Amino acid sequence: MSLLMAILIGFLYAVSIYLLLRRSIVKLVLGILFLSYATNLMLFFAGGLTETSPAFADPNAGAEIIQTSDPLPQALILTALVIGFGVAAFSMVLIYRFYKETGTVDLDELSEPEKS
Amino acid sequence: MLGIVPASLFFVFLSKIPAVGWADDFKEVYPWIQDLGIGFSFNLDGLSLFFALLVTGVGALIMIYAGYYMRSYQKTNRFFGYLVFFMAAMLGLVTASDWITLFMFWEFTSISSFMLIGFKHEKTAAREAALQALLITGVGGLALLAGLIMMSLPYDTFSFEAVINDPQPFLQSRLFVPATLLILTGAFTKSAIFPFHFWLPGAMQAPSPVSAFLHSATMVKAGIYLMARLHPVMESQELWIYTLSVFGVVTMFVGAWFALAQQDLKKILAYTTVSALGTMVLLIGTSTAYSVTAALVFLLVHAFYKATLFMMAGNIEKITGTRDMNQLGQLNRYMPVATVISLLALLSMSGIPPMIGFIGKELMYEAKLNAPAAGNFILLTGFLANAFTVFVSLRFAFGVFWNKKQDFKKQPHEPDLSLLAGPAVLVFISLLLGIFPNQIAGLLGPAFQAILPGETLIKLKLWHGFNEILLLSFLTVLLGIVMFVFRKAIIRIVSYLNSNYFNLKLSQRFFAGIDVFLNFTKKKTAVVQHGYHRFYLMTIFIAAALLLILTMPAIDFQFDFDLKFDGLSFFVMLAAIMIIAGSIAVVVAQSRLVALIAAGFVGIGLTIVFILYSGVDLAITMVMVETLTVVLGAMVVYHLPKYLNYSGVGSRIRDGIVAVFFGFVMGFLALQTSKPTTITKISDYFVENSYPKAFGENIVNVILVDFRALDTLGEIVVLALAALGIVSLLKLNARKKSSR
Amino acid sequence: MKTEILKIAAAHLKPFLLILSLVVLYRGHNEPGGGFIAGLLAGMAYVIYAGAFGVGKAKQLRLAKPMFFMGLGIGIALFSGMIGLMNGAESIFTGVWTTLTFGTYSLKLGTPLLFDLGVYLTVAGMLVKIIFTVMEEDV
Repeated sequence: MSLLMAILIGFLYAVSIYLLLRRSIVKLVLGILFLSYATNLMLFFAGGLTETSPAFADPNAGAEIIQTSDPLPQALILTALVIGFGVAAFSMVLIYRFYKETGTVDLDELSEPEKS
Repeated sequence: MLGIVPASLFFVFLSKIPAVGWADDFKEVYPWIQDLGIGFSFNLDGLSLFFALLVTGVGALIMIYAGYYMRSYQKTNRFFGYLVFFMAAMLGLVTASDWITLFMFWEFTSISSFMLIGFKHEKTAAREAALQALLITGVGGLALLAGLIMMSLPYDTFSFEAVINDPQPFLQSRLFVPATLLILTGAFTKSAIFPFHFWLPGAMQAPSPVSAFLHSATMVKAGIYLMARLHPVMESQELWIYTLSVFGVVTMFVGAWFALAQQDLKKILAYTTVSALGTMVLLIGTSTAYSVTAALVFLLVHAFYKATLFMMAGNIEKITGTRDMNQLGQLNRYMPVATVISLLALLSMSGIPPMIGFIGKELMYEAKLNAPAAGNFILLTGFLANAFTVFVSLRFAFGVFWNKKQDFKKQPHEPDLSLLAGPAVLVFISLLLGIFPNQIAGLLGPAFQAILPGETLIKLKLWHGFNEILLLSFLTVLLGIVMFVFRKAIIRIVSYLNSNYFNLKLSQRFFAGIDVFLNFTKKKTAVVQHGYHRFYLMTIFIAAALLLILTMPAIDFQFDFDLKFDGLSFFVMLAAIMIIAGSIAVVVAQSRLVALIAAGFVGIGLTIVFILYSGVDLAITMVMVETLTVVLGAMVVYHLPKYLNYSGVGSRIRDGIVAVFFGFVMGFLALQTSKPTTITKISDYFVENSYPKAFGENIVNVILVDFRALDTLGEIVVLALAALGIVSLLKLNARKKSSR
Repeated sequence: MKTEILKIAAAHLKPFLLILSLVVLYRGHNEPGGGFIAGLLAGMAYVIYAGAFGVGKAKQLRLAKPMFFMGLGIGIALFSGMIGLMNGAESIFTGVWTTLTFGTYSLKLGTPLLFDLGVYLTVAGMLVKIIFTVMEEDV
């Protein structure tokens, strides 16, 4: 199981890096999206995979350690997801503005800012 | 008038010092960075007191002088600010008893020197000279810091006492040689010792009071002070003795030689200062009772006559509008008092009785005669250097006060009383001490003890009787006079030699070196900051992957994870297939919309993983976020041009390799994290206390809104900012368009 | 795109989603849900409405004041942290709980719930603001 997950994580990272290294700014944004996919999955995986025991406390159990999935990574990912949406939305609007201002979606045309 | 206030303050300070300072030790210690053994501490012993009196005494006279001298200048407030800052820094430097404290004040003096040399900052030459002085002393300062730290490594503390009371751990440490050389580099740059001497003549761009104070009497002596301070530690070391002797001799001779043919009064004085500093280094390095006595006396003597002469050079420049020897002459007619003062100072410089300069020179010869090593060579070069000095003094006196040439820019007259008071006092003390030399023994004695413990100060006498030393003195003066008779030939020969053979051009080379360095950094920046976004990213990812690999050996490798795809349910396989297929589709997609939807597919795959492994909240959130992202993406992408492939096959393969490499490393890292650990997890606390303390069963939610609520607050602020950012990106654009 | 079916669906979905979001918000402390999810749900109601009727109409809705709600949300969240302080706690965001009882029904209220309300409002406001802004650019 963990092997499959590791492969998926590695795969997602590879795809994200490949996309980030493209010249098209649209692919750059997709790369950012994939980077957050990969990182979220990594965090989730690092918390340990537990089937069918969501992180809920038993009100009757008192102060005992209950065997549940790890809540901390989940909390981290939950905020990361929403923030990720904010970042994705912002970067999408940014490339939209970028295109409107420069008339290109090629990043290499940005490489000499002094001349523009 | 501005000068009066600080001057009177310094008189008060001066009057207090003898009352306080005659105790052997007068300590002030403030803890500073205790973990590193750094204290902000001061100690007034004999050596410190000697220098402190020099700084305040000469400083007070200079202040009076400067108060009148600087009247014609702009921004004098700033000037006196710098000067007082320097004085404070110099006092701190000579009274510090902690190496780091000393270093701090050392750098303060460099900074104030920079400000003062560049005071006439409208002039390019002044700016360049200031920069040069700052860079050289600054590099020296860094070397000094490194050396001091190396020296203090065997001890727990940076205080003077540790290394001075027990030098053995340092002397036997492996860092002894580099530490000594680094410290000496610092001292040599500060004290303008060859080959770092060239900044001092350049520093003559500063106003004359500064030249008199910083660049002859005090700051350049800081290096001497440091060597004197360290001498008890190093006196038995051949490295120390020989380095000091060799550099001292060379500087002594080089300085005197270059002084011969100068035309600028202040440049002449600057080069003789270089020579004098070399002499002091040599005398400390010779390390006998005679030489150390000579060094101290000479230091005092030199401060007196050189400060006087610099002030007089300033006066002459002020009154005639020039300080070029070729344009001066017959000033004795216009300023008799100034002439007498200058002549007495020049006598002291030449070492002619009854001035104290004579005693200094007698002691020097005695020290050189008794030098343990290479005595004859040192004696010969010392003899020549002294004769050169006599020659220069004669040239100064004759050229300025009697020479028939007259090319003044203004009609000369006697300088103001306040411009003469400082020099007059110094010359008077020189004369007085020449006649009653033992008056200063009480001051020199404790200082001597600090440099050469166990020996005693040599008794100072004006008249030693007829002996070889007197003969040497006589011969020196004679050679100087003979040289003066043939001065035209000598100046021509020396100028010729200087411009054809000894044209070191150290100053120009220094700036050329800086240019080379700047070009190098420009090229380096162009290579590193190439401006291609992708390659920055690539650099980051490759570096991150390599660093991760580097840390891997630290992790206990265990290749016993199960390689079976066990327990693969239908849904897991479905999720995996969705993620992989979606990713591939994103990479190969020819249409933006397809790529976007494929990305959404991957998101749904992740959602399935979250559902399967107990991340209920996550799954709900993910579904909504994914949907919204795709919708938003579709709206934005709609406006963008067609999906184009900009990259060639080669760069795709290259990027692919980088991507797969990084992915592999990350996957491997993920595998490592899945192994069970014995570390106590932070989340155990949350799991334990979620209900008892926060009355919530949904632990994820409790973490978000209770345990880590402050973090969540930050996150929602970020979200609001993202929304605001989007609004400003789009709406401001619209406004701009409508205004067009 | 503005079909009648979508319009009818959106008009009816909106109140339903809003109420659902409030329920999800309240139960988030003990069961799946919470401010983030609820905020997204509430925002979604307006996004669908705007998709069906157009942004111009959606903006005229009574509760469509995203900037106000964003500010209010952050304000509430911050204020909830202060309550603990006012009650003499040592640090910010110390929970304070009370239980309101109406006959047999009891309602447990506490500052974390208030905080979650702040999160809810901020997230919903952000979502609505972003989508509306981008949609306006479309037209």
